[in-house]
Order: sequence, then C-alpha cells, then structure tokens
Amino acid sequence: MAAKSKRQQAIDLAVLTPLDWVDERTGAVRGTKWFLFRNVPRDISWMQTLGSAALTAFIVQALTGAILAMYYKPSSEIDPLTGKPIAYTSIEAITNELTLGWLVRGMHKWGASVFIILLFLHMGRVFLFGAYKYPRELTWITGVLILVMGMLMGFTGYLLPWDQTAYWATVVGINLNGTAPFAGPWLAQFLAGGAEIGSDTLPKWYALHMLLIPGALIALIFVHIYLVTRLGVSSPPWSSERAGRERAAAAAPSGARAGLVRGSGGD
Amino acid sequence: MSNNGHDTPHVPGPSLWPIAFAIGVACLLLGLVISWIVAVVGAVIAVVFGFLWARDVTRDVRDEVPHIEPETRAVADTPTVAPVAAKADEPLPAYTRSRFLEASTLGVGAAIGAIVTLPVLGFTVLPSFTNIEEDEADLGPLENFPENEYVIASYLANPSQGEVTRRTAFVRNNGLTDSGEPSFTILYSRCVHLGCPVQPNGPIDEANAKEVDGVELRPVLAQSFGCPCHGGLYDAEGNRQAGPPVRSLDRLTFSIREGRLVLGELYAVGNVSGTGANAAISRYPWSVPGTHVDGVEAWLYPIVPSQVTG
Repeated sequence: MAAKSKRQQAIDLAVLTPLDWVDERTGAVRGTKWFLFRNVPRDISWMQTLGSAALTAFIVQALTGAILAMYYKPSSEIDPLTGKPIAYTSIEAITNELTLGWLVRGMHKWGASVFIILLFLHMGRVFLFGAYKYPRELTWITGVLILVMGMLMGFTGYLLPWDQTAYWATVVGINLNGTAPFAGPWLAQFLAGGAEIGSDTLPKWYALHMLLIPGALIALIFVHIYLVTRLGVSSPPWSSERAGRERAAAAAPSGARAGLVRGSGGD
Repeated sequence: MSNNGHDTPHVPGPSLWPIAFAIGVACLLLGLVISWIVAVVGAVIAVVFGFLWARDVTRDVRDEVPHIEPETRAVADTPTVAPVAAKADEPLPAYTRSRFLEASTLGVGAAIGAIVTLPVLGFTVLPSFTNIEEDEADLGPLENFPENEYVIASYLANPSQGEVTRRTAFVRNNGLTDSGEPSFTILYSRCVHLGCPVQPNGPIDEANAKEVDGVELRPVLAQSFGCPCHGGLYDAEGNRQAGPPVRSLDRLTFSIREGRLVLGELYAVGNVSGTGANAAISRYPWSVPGTHVDGVEAWLYPIVPSQVTG
C-alpha cells in the first residue's frame, strides 16, 4: 500500500481511529455498514419503500405517544372541577388548552390510521410480489404478528379519550371477543377487568396500550428488520435478473445458493 | 493457537495523570458549591491533566498506525480440520462438569423465572375474576313505580366505584300475581347482541321524572325497545323481535324491603311467554352479550366465568 498523504493521516487520526476503537469493542461500525450499505436489486421501485414508511409512521406514533403520556390521565373518576371524567378532562386540556397539544394529539390520532394503512399496503406489496416466499417466510410471519399488534394498539387506544364513542365502541369490542367459543366469555371478562367495564378498566387498557403491546411490537419490529437485512430485498416478479444475484461476473459463488441470500456469504 | 499480536489487547502505557484529572474534577464540583475561584482552579487542573492523560494514552496510536490484517472467519463451505476428531477415541465421561453446570444454570434460571413470573401472571389475570360481586341497588319506595308502566331507572351498581358503574334498568310494576305476590318486570338496558344501551320506543314523561336518593326515575310509554348500534328490537317483555340479538333482554331479580324496591343479581333469559305477572320466563345464569344461553349454540359456551365465580 502506498504511503498515506498527510491529509489522509489526519483524517485517519481524527475520524477513523476513534471509529476503529469503538468498532473493535462493539462491532458497531461493521454492524451499521451491514445494516445500511446493502446490495439491492437494480429494478426495485418506490413500492419497496412502504415498509420503511410504516416504520416511520410507527416511530411518529411512539414519540407522540410518549409526549401525550406526559399530559394524559387514565382515570374514569369524575373531576370535581369540571364534572367530567378525569381522562376526558385531560384529553380536552391537551386538545384545547396546552400549546400545540392539538397538533401532537392529531398526529397520534391520524398517524394511527396512517400506520395501519401503510401496514396493509406493505403487506399487499409483499403478497403481490411474492416476496414472502423462500427464504422469507419468517419475515412474513413476524410481519403478520406486527399487524396483529398494530390492530391491538388501535383497539386499546380507542378507549382512552373516554367519551361516548370510545366507551360504547369498547363495550362492543369486548363483547365481540366474548362471543368466541369456549374462551370468549373469559377473554371478555379479562379485558373488562370484571363482568362489566369498571374503574380498573381504563388504567389497564392504558398500560396495555403504552407499555405491554408497544414492547412486543418493538421487539417484533427488530426481528422483522433483522430478517429483512439478513435476507435482502427480493426482485420484483417481472425482473429479468435472478433475485439478489451479483451483477458482475467477478462475484464467484462459493456454493449452489451463494448470492441468493444476501449477507450470509462473505461479502 | 498462536498469539500473533492481533489477539493481544492494546493496553495503554501507565500514567499518573488520571489521578490529577480526578482531583481537578472534584475541585470543580466542590467549587460550584463553595466559590467560583475554586471551580476555576479545578477546571484548569482538569483540563491540563486531562490533556496530558489523553496525550499519554494516545502516544502509541499517534506514532504509527500498524497495518492489521482484518479478522476473518473460515467460510463454512471450506471444511476445516476438526481437532476433536483426534480425541474421539478416548472415552468421555458420561456426565461432565460443564454439562452439570449448564443444566444447573438453566434449571436454577428456569426456577427463578417461574417464581417471578407465576405471581405476576396471576395478578394479571385473577383480579378480573375474583371479588367482583356488585352491591344490591336500592331504587327507592314502591309508590314511584305505577302499575303497568315502564320507568327508566338509572342507578349506581357499585357506589364506591363511582359513575363508571352507572347502570340503567327498565322497571315495570305488574301488580300482584294470581297468588298475591308482587310482580315486577325489570329489564337490563344492555343489548344482548353486543352490549349497547337499549332505548325504549315511546315518549318519556319528563314532567314526572324525579330523582330519589341518587336514582333517576323517568316514566316512559314503552311498547318496545330498540338498540341504536345494530338495530336490535325487543318487545315489551324483552323478547327479540328483529335484528341480531341472540336471546331475550337480560333481567334483574328483585326484593322488597321496607316498602322499597331493591335490585338483586342479573340473569339471562332465553325466552318469555305470556306477559307481565303471568309471564313464564326461561331463566339462565348470566352470560356475556352475544352468547346463546339455550339451544345447540349454548354448547359453545360450556363454562362462563360469571357462573363459576358468581
């Protein structure tokens, strides 16, 4: 290797040396390169960005939700000042009184629909492109679980404003669960926290909405994205190229399926 | 395995300066409390000796960047010579120390996990099914319930829990039965389709509405009851006339104490034949709205929590 220029040495010292130091101890730089700088098929299009869009929508939901939690009070007790339930009073305060509260609540409320819509569009793209096929079956299954968790987020979040719509929609939702054979009545009573909705129901659903289900959702998203990174993006079905194959002939396959599974080889 | 330099850790040379640096930081923090002069002195000490320390530590790095062969891992396709093969002839002990440690670690871990998880799981699930008895609701003196007329009664099923337990029942005084017993038809307002609030079809006599001991009573000329959510329709006895409900409206038992009407437990009704005091009611233990209590479909719900825990 040729002698490095002064300038190159300075860059090495200022940037690369600390990065190497971190990388040697954590593998963070190699990991970031592995995650971000991947080969993708030449003929991908905007259709392949729907998953990232859904992830962005989820991050917006997580951030706005965390901020809303600072002002929301999950209590069905009557506020003696307003004569209305405390939860509803706090929602009113977020919407009408707190600066920019209307915006953040609006982002969270409409973002919930955006998230679900993007999940379905992403799912439709994967289905129609056949991208769920070998070796990506488990990516599909974790994606379906993410969809279920997203639906549960919608179901539990809908109750929190504690207005008439929220209350009766949740009564109907709980009783819908109750009509499932055998386990249904038990599930309904678990969800309501008793034979009917009571004073424990709202805090319970709040905890489900902002702690338990998001925890599971985030874990599933990590598994999903790990699998996407490991297995790579598939070519569309009309592609003239074989999925994930290197363009240049220089990439010598080391096995029958080398190059098919991006990232599993030695590149 | 050879130690060819790459595996040896990069230990920085010994240096005394971290001690002075720590003293400087301590001085700085102390100065923030005592006086700004001490803080400035501490800051200067910290900066100077921090610089010296950093210079000491990075001396090796600054001299020359050694060219290090990148770490590689054998590709699975090229078979490596397994060193274990040489030892394969020797008989191994059936149960090694490492296997014992592995099993005991996993076992103890599982035990700890179970000890922690089971009570938490129990606390998650059990409170929904235990100690959920609702109080009896006192609807006030009998003279507020004129004969053969429905009264919409709005009451708190469990006053200690507050407004969230507000319930509505449609109460009709049927007069006396043939055997001289008092008779009331008390329909619970929750639709047996999916639990929405059923409304009486008929004019509410707001002029004679009253509130007695926290119970709102509003007479109504109801010949039928309808649900706003999905169009369930019931007749004056609570029998399903139209729409998706799967049984008749739930009812409440009652008792009369010192001239006051007291509501008891909720029960499900399969069908009502006859009217008023002479009605024959097929009574079942209460179940979730939307679930059948009679017929073949009831077999889908063999055990309902309210029938187990009361």
